[in-house]
Amino acid sequence: MSAMNRRDFLRRTGGLIAGSALPLSLIELAFADEQQNFTFAYISDSHIQHIKGKDFVRNWDRGLIRTVGEANLMDPRPDFVMYGGDLAQLGTKAELDHGLELMSALRHDKVHYVMGEHDYYLDLGEYWERQLGPQWYSFDHKGVHFVVLNSVLTYDEWTHNRWSSGEERMAVMAGLDNPSGSPFMVGEKQRDWLRDDLSMIAKTTPVVVFSHSPLQKIFKNWNFWTEDAEQVQVLLKPFDKVTVFYGHVHQIQYNQIGNISFHSAMATAWAWPYPETYAQVDSLLPKLTVEMNRADPFFERDATGWQFVDVWSGNATLHYSLTENQPRTVAFNPKTGRPEDTVYQNDRIPPQQHF
Amino acid sequence: MSRLSRVRQAAWLILAIVPVVGAADPFTKQDLSDWQSAYDQVVTAGRDAFTDPKLGNNGVVCAQCHPNAANTHPETYPKFQKQLGRVAVMWEMINWCIRNPLEGKDLQPDDPRMIALQAYITQERRGVALAPGKH
Ligand code: HEC
Ligand SMILES: [Fe+2]
Ligand SMILES: [Fe+2]
Repeated sequence: MSAMNRRDFLRRTGGLIAGSALPLSLIELAFADEQQNFTFAYISDSHIQHIKGKDFVRNWDRGLIRTVGEANLMDPRPDFVMYGGDLAQLGTKAELDHGLELMSALRHDKVHYVMGEHDYYLDLGEYWERQLGPQWYSFDHKGVHFVVLNSVLTYDEWTHNRWSSGEERMAVMAGLDNPSGSPFMVGEKQRDWLRDDLSMIAKTTPVVVFSHSPLQKIFKNWNFWTEDAEQVQVLLKPFDKVTVFYGHVHQIQYNQIGNISFHSAMATAWAWPYPETYAQVDSLLPKLTVEMNRADPFFERDATGWQFVDVWSGNATLHYSLTENQPRTVAFNPKTGRPEDTVYQNDRIPPQQHF
Repeated sequence: MSRLSRVRQAAWLILAIVPVVGAADPFTKQDLSDWQSAYDQVVTAGRDAFTDPKLGNNGVVCAQCHPNAANTHPETYPKFQKQLGRVAVMWEMINWCIRNPLEGKDLQPDDPRMIALQAYITQERRGVALAPGKH
């Protein structure tokens, strides 16, 4: 799309979405090969929660409904939509069905889904798979190789031998801070598949990976963590440009490790505290990350939102669309070789101080 | 009256008012451990309430948004709440979260669950310096 169209789009939806101007500076970037640039929408963590009968938690429903409405305003349309996982809260058929029904209001033809632990641990992804297909897969789009992983697996012993029912297992994994939980992992079988899948790809091809948990270690207590993250990173290392997108953390995070850029998605449901706000245990939030503004509890959609991603020359620019707050843009900076916030990177404001 | 007798008279008065029979001060190691376990039980009850789908009316629990009670900042209370337009204490914010995300009914300030919630929240924040009024 031309820079002019893009700017027009941002101006229009900027007014609609946030009531304030989106930062436009990034649109000026000279794209290497216009043909290969494209945009996709990225929605995550809606946690559709069943109460009983036809009742679902209104607050989480509203988050997804609003996001779908905003994503439908994108003009020109993004090439596709990614869903980052945790569509459901407790993985039930009722929740997944209701979530997919809300998602079906999207005007976009193609939605790719990532498995979240809240979708998985009731029936180990069986119903999800029946509705949406394989739990891990890859596809190509305009010269970029996309890989989707199920990163929320864990030790077999934990999954199979400890619980009297799927409900019990799901309830434990659903508690982020539940000490009986277990660390997420991609696992050997999937890593073998990934090695095979990538062996067919030229090292100059940009690779984009989607996982639910971060493929980097940030905070084990809340599973902001993937146990075999380093082993997955090794498989990605030979490629010139790699970008990893993940959900699960319900907040803005970004990082650069070697050749790999990392970006998280906000949740449509609710925001999570940053790990350093738990005073009893150390955590490793990437120093690069400028935190999002602290959530104002008096606005229930504050600090929630969704994002759309410009892929240009194999790099990514994330536009975070916050429903009650200033939008944020985090873009790969070719000069420093890492993602940076286009406004706040060196100049944080008081609400970005978390404690 | 001499100074000495005045002091003596005052001492008798005090003794008459506060009979020092068993002495109030000393407590034993047993006392300490009893009080600690009474406190620990309330913290545990607080964690239970914090993860209880029945505390509110929609099945949502506090821990869903506040893992390990993070972002509850007990050390900052009392503090000015912009939206209330006045200085508030923590149980008022707890009730705000019960009414809104949990779609539930206010707890009385002396409801045992309200006391337990505050014990759990504060326990998870132990060691952090008091910072009343901080935002
Ligand atoms: C939908 C998510 C959500 C749920 C569920 C929720 N809260 Fe909150 N709560 C928030 C947010 C967001 C804030 C603001 C946090 C901040 O100031 O950084 C907040 C603020 C608070 C505060 C004041 C924190 C401060 O910094 O002044 C307390 C205390 C609190 N919540 C307790 C609770 C309790 C107890 C429950 C369960 C009854 C609960 N919350 C449920 C989202 C939630
Ligand atoms: Fe989630
Ligand atoms: Fe998750």
